[in-house]
Amino acid sequence: MDKQIPLDEVIAGLQDKYPEQLAVVEGSLQPAVRVKTEVFLKVMQDLKNEYGLDFLADLTAVDLGDEGFRGITHVMSWRPYRMLRVEVDTPRNQPRIPSLVDLWPAADVQEREAYDMFGIVYDGHPKLTRILLSDNFEGYPLRKDFQVASKR
Amino acid sequence: MSLAEDKFLRTEELTLNLGPQHPSTHGVYRAILTLDGEYVKGMENVIGYLHRGMEKLAEARTYTQFIPYPDRLDYASGMLNELGYVQAVEKLMGVEVPERAEYIRIIMAELQRMASHMVMLGSYALDLGGYTPWMYFFRDREKILDLFEMVSGGRMTLNYMRIGGVADDLPPEFLPRLKQFMAEMPASFEEYDNIVTGNEIFIARTKGVGVFKADQALAYGVTGPNLRAAGVDYDLRKAAPYGIYDRFEFDIPVFENGDCFDRFVIRIEEMKQSLRIIEQAIAALPDGPVKAKVPRVIKPPQGEVYHQIEGSKGCLGYYVVSDGSNKPYRLHIHGPSFINVGALPEMCMDLVLQDVIATIASIDFILGEVDR
Amino acid sequence: MENLFVNISGALRGWFAGIGLPPMAVEAVMALVYLVAILAFVLLNVVYLVYLERKISAYMQQRLGPNRVGPRGLFQTLLDVLKLFGKEDIIPNAADRWVFRLAAILVMVPAIMAFAVVPFGQGMIAVDLNIGIFYFVAVSSTATIAFLMAGWGSNNKWALLGGMRTVAQMVSYELPMVLSLLGVVMLAGSLNMSDIMAAQKTVWFVVLQPVAFLIYLVASTAELNRQPFDLPEGEQELTAGPFTEYSGMRYALFFLAEYTNMIAVSAIAATLFLGGPQGPWLPSWLWFVIKVYVMILIYMWFRWTFPRIRIDHLMAFNWKFLVPLSLANVLITGIGLEIYKWYQVIRW
Repeated sequence: MDKQIPLDEVIAGLQDKYPEQLAVVEGSLQPAVRVKTEVFLKVMQDLKNEYGLDFLADLTAVDLGDEGFRGITHVMSWRPYRMLRVEVDTPRNQPRIPSLVDLWPAADVQEREAYDMFGIVYDGHPKLTRILLSDNFEGYPLRKDFQVASKR
Repeated sequence: MSLAEDKFLRTEELTLNLGPQHPSTHGVYRAILTLDGEYVKGMENVIGYLHRGMEKLAEARTYTQFIPYPDRLDYASGMLNELGYVQAVEKLMGVEVPERAEYIRIIMAELQRMASHMVMLGSYALDLGGYTPWMYFFRDREKILDLFEMVSGGRMTLNYMRIGGVADDLPPEFLPRLKQFMAEMPASFEEYDNIVTGNEIFIARTKGVGVFKADQALAYGVTGPNLRAAGVDYDLRKAAPYGIYDRFEFDIPVFENGDCFDRFVIRIEEMKQSLRIIEQAIAALPDGPVKAKVPRVIKPPQGEVYHQIEGSKGCLGYYVVSDGSNKPYRLHIHGPSFINVGALPEMCMDLVLQDVIATIASIDFILGEVDR
Repeated sequence: MENLFVNISGALRGWFAGIGLPPMAVEAVMALVYLVAILAFVLLNVVYLVYLERKISAYMQQRLGPNRVGPRGLFQTLLDVLKLFGKEDIIPNAADRWVFRLAAILVMVPAIMAFAVVPFGQGMIAVDLNIGIFYFVAVSSTATIAFLMAGWGSNNKWALLGGMRTVAQMVSYELPMVLSLLGVVMLAGSLNMSDIMAAQKTVWFVVLQPVAFLIYLVASTAELNRQPFDLPEGEQELTAGPFTEYSGMRYALFFLAEYTNMIAVSAIAATLFLGGPQGPWLPSWLWFVIKVYVMILIYMWFRWTFPRIRIDHLMAFNWKFLVPLSLANVLITGIGLEIYKWYQVIRW
């Protein structure tokens, strides 16, 4: 397939394919789509293999408070330069997101970092352990309800 | 038949701790090596010794208060880190930066890129046992740091960029000194070639060592000079020009082999291109204010932005989420060193211990950015 | 001036005989005097060499080097040594205590012993053995054991790797070094240092044996474990190789041994290739010191210019290049000698 499809066509194509599970994020500065957990891996596969957005620029997460966590993934290509943000929401009590390690080995360390900071479990990650913090660290520091020691 | 397969000569694998206190891990990086003889059969990264919780700290600082913090990420390229951060916030707010400030930013960014490459090249030579080249690179880096001291008062932790411009205009003695520095550099490049790049031992130790091909590098998310050394002409300054990079004429050096030698030489070539950019920037430097009119309290509108710039080590990304208050709701820093270190075990497989040292040095990571 | 030290030695000998010591005792006491003289010469030079090395590296790297202690920093090493004396002597719990302790002493012994056959000037050899070179080669090769002991006794993986590398490297490079000396011995027709010196009255052996000199230069750099062959220590790889666990004075001993070896190797090179202690105008012992320092400066120049070689390149370079080359040199020297003989016969 042609790898140089403009981004709006990519998003339109994805919307056709996953009408129920995928929505365009309105009012965002940069193009973004929000997908359901069950199709997240499929969407990423399509983006990588069919639409040529084959470079994982960044992977992280945001704490939304009571609504849970949002996994943020930026994929891109650079000829022409396109970047798309893919958001995936996961509940707070049991945060689980499919792992992208099989698609991009680059996701390995970044998912470990997100696990380290937010406690999000990436299903299918070969070795999901703490990476920056020590193994016996309690809690997940980037969660909003985490109490910093001096403020406890 | 390898030694290990020989029934009569029983050998054992040796687990070796490289670091956290080791002269060539550039800080507090630790790798657990599994050695068969001197061959690496397994490598596991242990990082986080320098973790300061930058992203958590950001949530308790105002946007302006956070400006000095990126200096402490990759402490060899403070200007670039700051630039990435302030541009991300400006993007979120839609601030127009004055022309003069844009040009000053370009000059600073390219000087910083050179300084950072000099640190890498010098310590690389040092890790291969060349003590003298190290001083040559640091001698030239010193001149850049002097220039930084003139404009910002700091040498490594600069705190010079501001949201909407830069902190201060250039002092009058800055440009003459910069021009003098640029006039001196060609002679230095020749010296680098003579003492390192042309050295038989150096070539023998780096050519074909630690090869990381383009497809591997892309899969592992490696960016910057390390990727370009493998043959991918990906440079954000050209692919998605931020600031005013689209106004300058420069080339992106690309090499093919992706080995330690290419990763060394490409940085020298990039420094030459940086000089070209600075030269054009000086020529076109306009007069005018160096700071846009921005509110005293920075309150970006609700929203989020991912901004990436071409740092000295690769794509440096800032993901800023604003909830409309004066503090970032979430700030994520995508450090290229972190990604490059993640690819290190793959690069080092089946190398001998000495080559591992060369490879670690060649991918140029700074622990401040790895651990954040 | 020329016979200054010979006269002192003669006067001492006469004085010892004069106070009624039997000839055997006089010899024994004189041996002790020589030892003290050699130790004084070596240690003074070593202390100065450390300073020199730091200054030279500084000049090569456009720095100043030590310049705070004493005029131009001359007392820097002295104070460094004093500081090292005052340091705590740490022996790791897991170390093999006796091997660990012994290694630091043993590394110094062959380095000093080698000086017994070094001609410091005309008639200034402590023991003029008829197998002088052979003695030097034999003694200096035992230093390998001390390095292995240090590496093994430390019970540290880095040290062990360093110790193993040292042994592999020193044993390998011994071959081309000895073979390169063989060319000189063939020309001189003797293993005796004085004879070799005498054989260079007209022309230095560096002219007749340039290849042997170059091989010796390379192989001896490897024997000294100096850049570009400093793999055993390889600071950036093995932290300090066999010396990783050593501290204080024991570490200083290894350090001193390296410089002592450097003087010894340079002295042998000066004797065998550069005509030994002979030259016009100046006294012979001064000539000797000058030649030794020329050699030392070459070693320092190497060290501060080259990066470190890789271990497999090191081995390949030795076995595939240096050893065959030195064997060929011996062969060609032999053929040359035969032709020279025939030429002399024909001329008669």
